[in-house]
Amino acid sequence: MATEIPSYITEDLPAKGFDPKMVSYLIHYAKPYRGRLLISLVMMLIASAASVAGPYLVKVALDGGLAGHSTSVLLMAVLLYLGAAVVQWIATYVRVNLMSRVAQSVVFDLRRDIFRHLQELSLSFFNHYSVGRVISRVMGDVSVLRDFLTWALLAVARDLFTLIGILAVMLSMDLRLSLLTFTVLPVMVVATVLFKKQAQDNYRKARAAISWVNSVLAENINGVRVVQSFSRQAYNYIRFRDVVNHLNLTLNLRAARLASVFFPTIDFLGNVALGLVVYLGGTAVFGEHITAGVLVAFILYINRFFDPIRDLSQRYDSFQSTMASGERIFDLLAVPVEVQDDPKAGDLPQLRGEIKFDHISFHYPDDEQPVLEDFNLHVLSGETVALVGRTGAGKSTVVKLLSRFHDPTAGSIFIDGRDLRRVTQASLRQQMGIVLQDPFLFSGTVKENIRFGKLNASDTEIQEAAQAVGAHEFIQRLYNGYDTPVEEGGGILSVGQRQLISFARALLADPRILILDEATSSVDTQTERIIQQALARLLKGRTSVVIAHRLSTVVNANRIVVIEDGRILEQGTHTELLAKQGPYFRLYSMRFEELPE
Amino acid sequence: MLKPLLRLTEFLYPYRYRIAASLVLLLGLTAAQMVFPAVIQKVIDQGLSSGDTHILVTSTLIILGLGLGSAVLSYGQRFLTEWVANHVAYDIRNRLFDHIQNLPFAYHDHISSGQLISRCIEDVRSIQVFTGQGVLEIVRIVLLSFAILVVLFTANAHLAWIALLPMIPMVIVTIQYGIRIERFYLAIDNALGELSSRLQENVTGAQVVRAFAREPYEIDRFDSANRTLFSARIATIGEWSKIMPTTTFLVTIGTLLILWFGGQMVLRGQLTLGELVAFNSYLLLLSMPAQNLGWLVNTAGEASAGVQRIMEILDRKPEIQSPPGAIHLPALQGRVEFRDVSFNYTAEKSQALHHIDLTVEPNQVVALIGPTGSGKTSLINLIPRFYDIQEGAILIDGYDVKQVDLTSLRRQIGIVLQTSLLFSTTIRENLAYGRPDASLDEIITAAKSAQAHEFILALPDGYETIVGERGVTLSGGQRQRIAIGRALLMDPRILILDDSTSSVDTQTEHQIQAALSRLMEGRTTFIIAQRLSTVRRADTILVMDQGRIVERGTHAVLLTQDGLYRQIYELQLRDQERFQEEMEHISGSGIYDSEPPDNEDQEASD
Repeated sequence: MATEIPSYITEDLPAKGFDPKMVSYLIHYAKPYRGRLLISLVMMLIASAASVAGPYLVKVALDGGLAGHSTSVLLMAVLLYLGAAVVQWIATYVRVNLMSRVAQSVVFDLRRDIFRHLQELSLSFFNHYSVGRVISRVMGDVSVLRDFLTWALLAVARDLFTLIGILAVMLSMDLRLSLLTFTVLPVMVVATVLFKKQAQDNYRKARAAISWVNSVLAENINGVRVVQSFSRQAYNYIRFRDVVNHLNLTLNLRAARLASVFFPTIDFLGNVALGLVVYLGGTAVFGEHITAGVLVAFILYINRFFDPIRDLSQRYDSFQSTMASGERIFDLLAVPVEVQDDPKAGDLPQLRGEIKFDHISFHYPDDEQPVLEDFNLHVLSGETVALVGRTGAGKSTVVKLLSRFHDPTAGSIFIDGRDLRRVTQASLRQQMGIVLQDPFLFSGTVKENIRFGKLNASDTEIQEAAQAVGAHEFIQRLYNGYDTPVEEGGGILSVGQRQLISFARALLADPRILILDEATSSVDTQTERIIQQALARLLKGRTSVVIAHRLSTVVNANRIVVIEDGRILEQGTHTELLAKQGPYFRLYSMRFEELPE
Repeated sequence: MLKPLLRLTEFLYPYRYRIAASLVLLLGLTAAQMVFPAVIQKVIDQGLSSGDTHILVTSTLIILGLGLGSAVLSYGQRFLTEWVANHVAYDIRNRLFDHIQNLPFAYHDHISSGQLISRCIEDVRSIQVFTGQGVLEIVRIVLLSFAILVVLFTANAHLAWIALLPMIPMVIVTIQYGIRIERFYLAIDNALGELSSRLQENVTGAQVVRAFAREPYEIDRFDSANRTLFSARIATIGEWSKIMPTTTFLVTIGTLLILWFGGQMVLRGQLTLGELVAFNSYLLLLSMPAQNLGWLVNTAGEASAGVQRIMEILDRKPEIQSPPGAIHLPALQGRVEFRDVSFNYTAEKSQALHHIDLTVEPNQVVALIGPTGSGKTSLINLIPRFYDIQEGAILIDGYDVKQVDLTSLRRQIGIVLQTSLLFSTTIRENLAYGRPDASLDEIITAAKSAQAHEFILALPDGYETIVGERGVTLSGGQRQRIAIGRALLMDPRILILDDSTSSVDTQTEHQIQAALSRLMEGRTTFIIAQRLSTVRRADTILVMDQGRIVERGTHAVLLTQDGLYRQIYELQLRDQERFQEEMEHISGSGIYDSEPPDNEDQEASD
């Protein structure tokens, strides 16, 4: 097993620090809340001003009030300070409240938009974008943005404003002493730059390491049954502990060491500045002794002066990860929607169900290899057409194009003479029932899963649909009948049972066109016969396209179409095709040649 | 909130000496902090007023010395704390990883993998934050408050009472916040869980959603989960935005009280100016920690929830384990025996298997057939002890599976499941999954036997091609053949094939069947299949219905009985008869003879 972080994880880490496009995206999302943002900004400035005023008022109290023996000055200073504290309290409350709300609203909007976008993306997108990645975009990365908006965005403004305010007050109190204090600044800048350089590099590596940890964890959980089947636990554990998780530990400890050196250094520089003020200010090197008030105010300001600087250097990390998360989110939002409703598209009326593939060619967006080439097929209303051919021949693609999961690269598909691209997807699929080989059930009860086909179906209708596909029997035997919950892990239902439920779901929708893509591959022979008998009745009056590897399923079709490499090799009824002794004949005889007697 | 956090001590214990060292350093740091205000007091009262250079120089040197000392202590203390926090997170992740992969199938059947993953990631992170900065900050606040109390009351008890007055509401407000916020966090956690499972389902079921044009319905459901989360967040914000400025405000009020009352004392000559300033400085030492109180409570709350959820996993005993003193199985003969086995998945669900009695001799092939959900998969899952039975016993070569070492059992069993999961790594590593030490030659031999070698060579990087999400997408049949190769490389004595060809086309099925018959040679084999052509060659056929073996025997014997098997057979026979009629019809017309159907080899090599 690999002992280094796989390249696909490091590739996911963006190199850019600052991306103007990202900022414009963010602005777009913040725009609806600009009023509240503005109020927050003002509140932040007010709070900062109030906080900067504090030490100065202490100085007034000490020098004017106490040294000057004036109770009224003391009282005034204390009251002003109280006023400043109240103002700061209110302003901070309003700011935190508003900003958090704005951040939550932006997060809400972003999640809503990503979800809507996901609903429009083509299915092939999900082949290369796993559920785990989608979740980490919508949950993790969006949270990073939220934290940035809540804490970092305005904090930068506050830090800068506080710095400037403190500078101004200090300079006005004692010019030379202030300049003296600032002499430690160059040292601090150098220290910060050195630290950043090291930390930044380490930060990227640490991010890659934790992604690796998470992806290895996730895969081991998803594949836990295989892990146990092959007794891989000990091997996997040692690899996780000593390689994957350990790399993460090492990199994090390195980051901790860097931070442990940096922050005490900054604190020490603050103390140096303080020592300078005490010594040079106190011994009257500059010609006069400082007052107690000035000294105290300086001590307070030096503390507050270094805080924003420390803070700003921490913000940089947050800024970096925000840029990275933002980039991943907006990249996802920018994935083009392959199939879109034409603005002028109309709703399909009640269908007769005539289908025509007219010179269709198709290849997937990420693969130049054509799947269908100049494919022509005309299905009459009410006809049952079976598609036969080996895996990868293009059968499923035909069905996907018909459902308009993709648009053909050339040619047009017509239903009842209307080009698919000219009608809304919703009106098309509402009249179409699709049953797939991989029967996906949602968490919820059996009943709810069948009802997914027709949201307002009554319990009787649901039961009838289940009866029609031979699912009623086993559903009744479940411990809660139709109200038995379907669980993700699949403890209760076998694959065949799941196929039957999804079959019932499609029937309940009462579609004009029915598409069965290996819909009963895992169903036992008897149940399959029940379904076939039911099908004869169910397919009556509907147009249907059936894909099946089991030829017993296709023999009764009105027409069998044999597809190979994206082209139709031959078509006709079962008898006609057998008589031709072509590809269908060979497939069919292979199916039976091993049988007895 | 406290109780779950106390369970963290279990993870902290191994690092107790480092934690103790870190505490000593923190103590030193706090002491140093306490000296600063005293120095300033001296500067103001003796240095500034008298211009005594000596005192000022000493004070400056003390400040620099203390600064340097604090920096060193702070470095050690920070690093130690982070070191411990990172090691705790490392340990928890390791334990979760190992624990989860050893939890039985029954556990994984009922838990969403997304939930498990998010616990391992999010909850461990919140615990790490808390054990690092969080615990540190709590200890610091306690130490500092205690030291400040002592100093203030020694200096001037009267003023100390006044200055500490605002601390009383601060403590009350914080505690109240802590109590209230726990409920909010619970709501947020639930909402987050709901939102991510909505998302996960929607993406996993993307095709179904589109097929039924249910996007609007899904959007509604997601929006409502999103809104619930939003409201839960906003509710916490209401609390949070109150507590945060309030703690700062209360510290400021302390300063004001000192200035006003202390100031009057200075004017009356009861207190020196320096003492007053020092008094205030001591109080201000509390201001940073006070500002952090809200954050601290949040961190503790999140960590507490995290610990609870993680402990829920870790407290779950992996019921299926090798017992103490387990027998390490020798190389197996492959005799499998079920003695009156009854099994149900969980107590409330109906029985999956009833009184199964079965003896399979080494190298026999057993086929299982029966309606969907009749218990075929349940039965075979018991052989490698994926589940524990409630009644009866399962014996392999006479050893009860509950008494033997699990690894020694499962290593000798090869399984090809209905859906073949591959890991996102190279094909070579996927094939070698059961035997990471296998040589490339062995791997290639296994791939050839599984009829997979040729398509693997056609892939861009051959055996080094990465499969999965970021790699090459394989078809169901290709994945199935790699899964067969993977099982074959184990050279198992017992082979279990769960309907492994249902998702492939006829030609691929032929190839897989060929691979399988080679795989079955000289091994005890259990095979689940729908097709009689596969089943009929078995030594024993088990016909299952509703969790019972309703018929058993060879193909020939079962045909003589008028049971389920015969019904299935006749259903399939009808196809066969029809085929023969058709063939006769064709040959009768003279076409059949001209081109016999001997093209299988040609098809297979396409």
